[in-house]
Amino acid sequence: MKKDLLSIDDLTSDEIYLILDTSEAMREIGQRPIKKVPTLRGKTVVNLFYEPSTRTRTSFEIAEKRLSADTLNIAVASSSVLKGETLVDTALNIEAMQPDMIVMRHASSGAGHLLSRVCRSRIINAGDGMHEHPTQALLDAFTIREHKQRIEGLKVTIVGDLLHSRVLRSNVRLLTKLGAEVWVSGPSTFVPSGIEQFGVRVSADINEAVADADVIMMLRIQQERMSGAFIPSLREYFNTFGMTKARVAKAKPDVIIMHPGPMNRGVEIASDVADGPYSVILEQVANGVAVRMAVLYLLAGGVEVD
Amino acid sequence: MPVVLDAQRIARSLARIAHEILERNHQIDELALVGIRRRGVPLAKRLAHAIHEINHSEIPTGALDITLYRDDLMRTAIAAQPLIRRTEIPFSIDDKRILLVDDVLYTGRTIRAALDALIEFGRPKAIQLVVLVDRGHRELPIKADYVGKNLPTSLSQSVQVRLTEIDGRDEVEVLES
Repeated sequence: MKKDLLSIDDLTSDEIYLILDTSEAMREIGQRPIKKVPTLRGKTVVNLFYEPSTRTRTSFEIAEKRLSADTLNIAVASSSVLKGETLVDTALNIEAMQPDMIVMRHASSGAGHLLSRVCRSRIINAGDGMHEHPTQALLDAFTIREHKQRIEGLKVTIVGDLLHSRVLRSNVRLLTKLGAEVWVSGPSTFVPSGIEQFGVRVSADINEAVADADVIMMLRIQQERMSGAFIPSLREYFNTFGMTKARVAKAKPDVIIMHPGPMNRGVEIASDVADGPYSVILEQVANGVAVRMAVLYLLAGGVEVD
Repeated sequence: MPVVLDAQRIARSLARIAHEILERNHQIDELALVGIRRRGVPLAKRLAHAIHEINHSEIPTGALDITLYRDDLMRTAIAAQPLIRRTEIPFSIDDKRILLVDDVLYTGRTIRAALDALIEFGRPKAIQLVVLVDRGHRELPIKADYVGKNLPTSLSQSVQVRLTEIDGRDEVEVLES
């Protein structure tokens, strides 16, 4: 493994499979009466979150605590960032206190790469702007593999706000690397230009995109990142691209429905689909802890020297 | 260096240990076997089978991975992390007499880690240690209760246990390094 996990591109397919296999073992720890192992005793992990997050931050913190690391959360709302400190200065000040790892979420794409250049600590990207969210793609892959026993050859359809989605970018990198057939669909205003270069099929027709799909992954409409009119109305969006029972019926009979959360019910996904029998949305959350434990454990070891 | 135990002698040692276990533990329903990954796991299963042959009792059997409890994790700056395998103990160890099974007893550090891991699953009434080979050179105050073979070795040697389930054949070999 490299020093940091900033992008799925940092991982080879073998390393991705190593993370997934390690996650299997980590999940068992969460089922014990005492959900804790001493592995990262004495290691300090700083969770530096510049954007709101419930799932990811909680998931990382639980993963760190189950491995016995000392954890520290910095929420920007109560930090000196509000007094005008730059990202690099904040990072260098945290570094001066000798943490071992920094888990960072930031609204700017590439923020983790910037930190990686100035920090000795290992950096885990917990979402940077519209760029990547690698641990989300890993937990998605873990969930898919658990249901389908493989990733290679599956048809995975990703629908929604492709443009603003770091979850999309990490998932596309990971799924194509492992040999899945990835389709994306959404209104043309949400389709990033040149996305075909990542090896995905684009379809403006959701019915074509979900036909015979093994996995449907819905993306959130990210109103907080939108600057302009991307869709006429939420209602029209739901009518054209929302995941309804009728659309799910076009996929394979054993399709699974995924969503990275938080969901906008009635916008990108109908409630009866989100809570329905094909939905694995809460499993994704549960698996997130095991996958993050695996990443923390594997990154805490040595760096390969070329 | 020679093969010090062949398949037949391994089978005889395990059969003898099965008898010793029954001799020393009268409450058979309190017994449970836990094998340390990797080669302790097939050994524990074989012991369960051997005990079943003797008195038709079913001894619950589990597998323990001790990697996350090792005392040498993260001591080197360059090595990759060791592979973690699944721990599977599908029964409560509370008030059980646990027979902890491993292939080779050497420094005792693996057993120290296994004891730490095991007591996080509950409070067993007792833990006894079963090893196929005791090669000496202990670094911790740990002693086996049941030993297949005592094998005096020098520190420059290594002991390789091979089992059919993992390696395709049964044998114990001493290698000069």
